[in-house]
Amino acid sequence: MSDSTATTEAPAEQPSTDQESKPNFARLFGRYLTEANSVMVTIYSLLLAFLIGGVLLIVSDEYVRSTWSYFFSRPQDALLGSWYLIRDSYLSLFEGAILNLNTLDRFAAGDAGVGDLLRPLSETLTYATPLIFTGLAVGIAFKAGLFNIGAQGQMIFGILGALIVGFALDLPIWIHLPLAVLAGAAAGGLFGAVPGLLKATTGAHEVISSIMLNNIAALFLVWAIGTDFLHSELSTQLVTKGVDESATLPTLLSSLNETLRVNAGLLIGIAAAVFTWWLLSKSTFGFRIRSVGFNENASQTAGMHIGRTYTTTMAVSGAIAGLAGAALSLGVFSTGVTTSTPLQYGFDGITVALLGRANPGGIVAAALLFGALKAGALSAQPDVPVDISTLLQAIIVLFIAAPALVKAILHLRTPRGGLVTLEAKGW
Amino acid sequence: MRLELKGLTKKFGSFTADDDIDLVVEPGQIHAILGENGAGKSTLMNMLYGILTPTSGEILIDGEPVSFAGPRDAIAAGIGMVHQHFKLVGPFSVADNVQLGREHTRGLGVLSAKAARKAVVDVSEQYGLALDPDAVCEDLPVGVQQRVEIVKALSGPKTELLILDEPTAVLTPAEITELLQIMRNLAEAGTSILFISHKLKEVQAVADTVTVIRRGKVVAELEPTASEAEMASAMVGRAVSLQVDKTPAETGEARLEVKDLTVVSAAGVKVLDGLDLTVHSGEIVGLAGVEGNGQTELARSILGLVKPDSGYIAVDGQDVHGRSPARRIADGLGYIPEDRGRDGLVSEFSVAENLVLNQYKDEPFSKRGVVNSGAVRKRASDSIAEFDIRTQSPDEPVSSLSGGNQQKVIIAREFSRPRRFLVAAQPTRGVDVGATEFIHSRLVAERDTGTGVLLISSELDEIYALADRIAVIYNGRIVGEVDPGTPRGVIGRLMVGASAEDTPSPTTDSDEPADDEEANGGDR
Repeated sequence: MSDSTATTEAPAEQPSTDQESKPNFARLFGRYLTEANSVMVTIYSLLLAFLIGGVLLIVSDEYVRSTWSYFFSRPQDALLGSWYLIRDSYLSLFEGAILNLNTLDRFAAGDAGVGDLLRPLSETLTYATPLIFTGLAVGIAFKAGLFNIGAQGQMIFGILGALIVGFALDLPIWIHLPLAVLAGAAAGGLFGAVPGLLKATTGAHEVISSIMLNNIAALFLVWAIGTDFLHSELSTQLVTKGVDESATLPTLLSSLNETLRVNAGLLIGIAAAVFTWWLLSKSTFGFRIRSVGFNENASQTAGMHIGRTYTTTMAVSGAIAGLAGAALSLGVFSTGVTTSTPLQYGFDGITVALLGRANPGGIVAAALLFGALKAGALSAQPDVPVDISTLLQAIIVLFIAAPALVKAILHLRTPRGGLVTLEAKGW
Repeated sequence: MRLELKGLTKKFGSFTADDDIDLVVEPGQIHAILGENGAGKSTLMNMLYGILTPTSGEILIDGEPVSFAGPRDAIAAGIGMVHQHFKLVGPFSVADNVQLGREHTRGLGVLSAKAARKAVVDVSEQYGLALDPDAVCEDLPVGVQQRVEIVKALSGPKTELLILDEPTAVLTPAEITELLQIMRNLAEAGTSILFISHKLKEVQAVADTVTVIRRGKVVAELEPTASEAEMASAMVGRAVSLQVDKTPAETGEARLEVKDLTVVSAAGVKVLDGLDLTVHSGEIVGLAGVEGNGQTELARSILGLVKPDSGYIAVDGQDVHGRSPARRIADGLGYIPEDRGRDGLVSEFSVAENLVLNQYKDEPFSKRGVVNSGAVRKRASDSIAEFDIRTQSPDEPVSSLSGGNQQKVIIAREFSRPRRFLVAAQPTRGVDVGATEFIHSRLVAERDTGTGVLLISSELDEIYALADRIAVIYNGRIVGEVDPGTPRGVIGRLMVGASAEDTPSPTTDSDEPADDEEANGGDR
């Protein structure tokens, strides 16, 4: 690999090394920008995704599509129409996710408060919160060479664990809330440990077993909501009891405006990211996770217990996914959980972890991006098809997972050490 | 064919792999290229074979300059290459492997098995290389697989120059003798041979002329009559002692006792079959044998990675049954694995992290589950100084180090903690002469502190240089224990299953050795 990289690079490099020997900053920076390193591939993936998204917006809009049919007689119709469509669509995504320009005008005129201004951001953070957890869960498993597809199921058990402690116990807030959060983590962790244990003892591949466990969890949730123990006494819909006030995650900005939903789950998410970073880089457990993830054989020869590492890593991964569940049932859904509460947060966590390259900081950033896409798309509908957010996510991850594709499209240079492709072992 | 290289240079960026190489290979000559790992031998061969394009310089064949865009051009020009790592398709027959890439067809892409078989038979007969064209390659012993590679290289349209890249690395002593004879025959028939090696004895035995390369430059042209020491110091660039200085062993109590050890593989084969072996404190016991005769399983059983089906292992007087590898390591078992890339190092980890790979849980490297990176770095800088590990910094990924320095990382890791017994499997494999010298002297020093050492090596030279006692393993059992004064021939015969008392039989030179173990034991 390194050999072939060196050969392809050598001719391109020679003239420049001859001309000037000392590298200056601008040249190094330019070189960095045109290199297929992981940062630039991520940035280019985003740009390419929005570009392709734009094309698909044009194709999916009936009116603009029709203007292209008479492109050669009146090209300005098609070109301007397409431009306005793309601009307006992305602008409304932006307004729904970050800052509404109308509200800004009203705010400047004194008709709206800070709270109104912050509403899009609050929505973005609300949607990002569970993704931070599920992304971290998948990411930490990646580090051990495991592909935890089961974050969805682990999150569902986290929802239930936190919910039960949240309504069934009667405790003061300072103990009730932490206990409910921990119950979510514990439920997710136990459920997450199952595929790890199966892999350690029987060699069953965690991808297969965790996919199956997802189905079990999803169906279990449907059944559980209908049981007398969980079902709401106040509703005939398929919805659970709400958690006690003392187990509800406090909202962070509701003092500014009642509608700002972002809650303390976000803070727990950021704490979880810091904890995960610390665990991976500073603890002996993290040392073992990384060692096993990179080279199982050498780790085993050095005396590490591979099976135990798989099980504990999956348990920790599941516990973090369980926190996503706790953040949902004690936060936005504190008045009652329905079958649609989990959405696809667990599966989206896989894409978040991929985009964040399994690093805690990157995962938080990726979760914010996906949260913004989600909030933007929901607020921009029906003017913009809601699927555009899912589509953009899909295209981004497609490019991230195939750096060679980005490199080929944009004619980027091969970085020193080759292209970085994130992969789980054992496939 | 007369091959001449004039000022051949290959640069990778600012790094010069080969610098102004001049070389002449006369027709029918065996020309040995000696050099350490990373000296530029492979780059040179890859340029010759069209895999790399020279930065400057010329390749002349019979006085005509040539340029190769790829191996196809090189083959068309009459150059054949046998790679160090065989490039055979295991489940294919010999005939199919030989025709791979230039299939014999009856037109329209229909394969002609008959023509393919005939082509193999023709070449085998022409050069006296016995081969069954219908045999399945993966079932063949390594030596025969190599013969397939040679026939493949020779069956190019007009192959007149053969490049052999470290061809003896995976062969048994008998197979090596046989290969050297094949090389002589080929040369007599007019084929020129470029023989790349770092095994001095073989070079002396077969080469007509020797070119030594160091750091990409030709540093010496030697006659094969040159002494080993002369060749070694030309390779390394300084005087090298090939003789390991050691005093007679002062042995004490048993540090390793293996009794009646049996391990059955998943396939149901007894890979260890009632093996008995004892190693005392203060001695190095050399375990000689062709790879794949149970050495790997023995080493892994001692560490605890393989659970014996029956038998008994005691390290330092204590039955280790049921103890985890971590426990055995903590109790003072040192372990140098045979395959450092697979079992010894986490290549993405830094040098520092690799140096504590089996001690990260111990104080001072961590406390209550928190890694103390200061202590890890301190250990790294100490080890780098003590073991002369050439690295830019302790934070470099270990994969950026040369093979010899990677091995030093493992040696340093094992020698920087208290130990009672050491398993050293192929400790100098793929390591250059300088580092080999260093590792050998450390192993002897280790013995002198009273540690018992089990040296597992497929290199008889290494066994002879270090061992105080030699045990020969064959088919999962110890077939003989001899002292290091025993002649090579005797050990060589034990290694292929003959008994030590057998009279030397000349047939071992021409017949296939009777080793029926998995022939892929040598790949790495």
